[in-house]
Amino acid sequence: MKQFITFVKKEFYHVLRDRRTLLILFGMPLAQIVIFGFALTNEVKNARIVIVDHAKDDASRSIIDRIGASNFFEIREDVMDRNRMETAFKEGKIKLAILFPANFQRDLFHQNHAPIQVIADASDPNYATTLTNYVSSIIQDYQTELNETVALPYRITPQLRMLYNPQLKGAPNFVPGVMALVLMLVSVMMTAISIVREKETGTLEILLVSPFKPVWVILSKAVPYLILSLVNVLSIVLMSVFVLQLPVEGSWLLLFAESTLFIVTCLTLGIFISIKTKSQQVAMLISLMGMLLPTMMFSGFMFPIENMPVPLQIISNVVPAKWFYIIVKSIMIKGVGFAAIWKETLILLGIALFFFVISLRSFKIRLE
Amino acid sequence: MVNVNNISKTYNKGAVKAVNDVSFSVEKGELFGLIGPDGAGKSSIFRILTTLLLPDSGGATVAGYDVVKDYRQIRSSVGYMPGRFSLYPDLSIEENLHFFATVFNTTVAENYHLIEDIYVQIEPFKKRRAGKLSGGMKQKLALCCALIHKPTVLFLDEPTTGVDPVSRKEFWEMLKRLKQQGITIVVSTPYMDEATRCDRIALIQGGSILSINPPQQIVTAYPSPLYAVKATDMPRVIHVLATHQPPFNSYLFGEYIHVDMPGMGDQEAVQVLTDVLAKAGLDGIEVNPVTPTIEDCFIKLLTT
Repeated sequence: MKQFITFVKKEFYHVLRDRRTLLILFGMPLAQIVIFGFALTNEVKNARIVIVDHAKDDASRSIIDRIGASNFFEIREDVMDRNRMETAFKEGKIKLAILFPANFQRDLFHQNHAPIQVIADASDPNYATTLTNYVSSIIQDYQTELNETVALPYRITPQLRMLYNPQLKGAPNFVPGVMALVLMLVSVMMTAISIVREKETGTLEILLVSPFKPVWVILSKAVPYLILSLVNVLSIVLMSVFVLQLPVEGSWLLLFAESTLFIVTCLTLGIFISIKTKSQQVAMLISLMGMLLPTMMFSGFMFPIENMPVPLQIISNVVPAKWFYIIVKSIMIKGVGFAAIWKETLILLGIALFFFVISLRSFKIRLE
Repeated sequence: MVNVNNISKTYNKGAVKAVNDVSFSVEKGELFGLIGPDGAGKSSIFRILTTLLLPDSGGATVAGYDVVKDYRQIRSSVGYMPGRFSLYPDLSIEENLHFFATVFNTTVAENYHLIEDIYVQIEPFKKRRAGKLSGGMKQKLALCCALIHKPTVLFLDEPTTGVDPVSRKEFWEMLKRLKQQGITIVVSTPYMDEATRCDRIALIQGGSILSINPPQQIVTAYPSPLYAVKATDMPRVIHVLATHQPPFNSYLFGEYIHVDMPGMGDQEAVQVLTDVLAKAGLDGIEVNPVTPTIEDCFIKLLTT
């Protein structure tokens, strides 16, 4: 046990004394959150929109003027019929359409409420959400102004429609994706590299000729990265809560328990790679190509899996990040409990066990 | 302490023969040297004896344990210093030493007497990272780490390669003292001049052992008198000696050329060589009888 603790301590020295490792470990999650959180939710300027005005009365004019006056929008045509609007959407010429029904002003002033239809091209969900929010707030402004002078409030209801991607999948809920990505990279790549480094420096040769069992060498390599990865989980969650205002709906405990399971899965993968490779470069390449790409592609974080061809959907099932992504989304955003994610948990557990067993079996107690 | 019986080892599925039917044995408390050029198979033998490699055929025991079956026991009782510097460059001297002491289930204090002589030399730098040490200091630290668990047999693979002459000399002094403490040492080196510091040496080339004897005995067994020849135009001397009929057995040795003169007395041999060189029009001729060194013996063994 004393050997084990000394070994783990030594491992921490390695990490803490190498600036590059530290930067990857703690800089990467920070950078990713910032990039995904701020750089990608871009400000909308001069979005091309059309307005189909069936009312052509003072009220609709007034709202159209306000929309035109803001620099978020660039009104293409004032009047357009539905069919031409459809084509313009398909060709990508416009991003948003606003429809005023006939008798807009009459309905508003006599029945005290009137609808406006807002249709957005949601193939880019972030963009669509931003646009519809702007439109809603402009209408809201107009309404407030109107109501200052009357006793009974007028209500305008914007009816939002998201074309092509009504549920806004893959939208700003990127935190689970970043978490899967960062943990995958840190746990797989760092463990793989750190074990292969002992091969390269020749220290593994000395460690093999010692009473310390090789299995323990590997386990004591995994412990520091488990701890450091948990620190990463904590920092990502804290950033998402306090910087991005994305609260954790479900249980924190469950979230950390599932994260631990995912990290362990990644560690076994990293160990497996380290056993099979001889140089740090190869280990790094395999971790990057073999882990990062599939994680990006098949976790459902960047591209919805449902839209993929069936063979790719099947492949996606062996990517641990996919299951973890579902788990984190369920806990953080939907706020569900363990009952809803036991299946995914079991799959992760299975993958971890699989790699642990084959790592143990393929570990060499001698040099090749 | 070490018994090696007919071990062979090939790499790349038999394409490269690294060790070819090698046998030797090392007594308790002996300082045994494996002497040979790079690629002679020294490291492979070390790795087989430290249980890191399996021999293709043959067997060996270390401290009474079989290198294949009882690898666990061997691993906890021997000390091994690989050919390449193999400590953690980002840990300090102190940290490396403590780490290896703990891995071997012991403490620095427990066996400090073993390493004291060596450690005091590097102790002033104990906070320095191992990667920033000079070649000689690295080797001293590596030796400390290999010694810290009081091994019964110490395997040192080319411990003096890449180390300056002064540190090399110091290193061999240390080995001598360790030997006096009863530790069996198997050491390899490509430097022939270090061979004389061993109790017995095995000359090894191309995976085969050419001769195993005490160094003195190898030298005295040199079959013929040897002469060192020098003249102003050395390349021509080589040419003249090689093209002479019958050709002389000669080779470059430092700034001299060593020539074998079998079956001749000193005076006669010097006369013959001087005549041959003078006839070829060379000047500044110098011919002196010399005592053969291990290197001469090695070359002799290779050419016959």
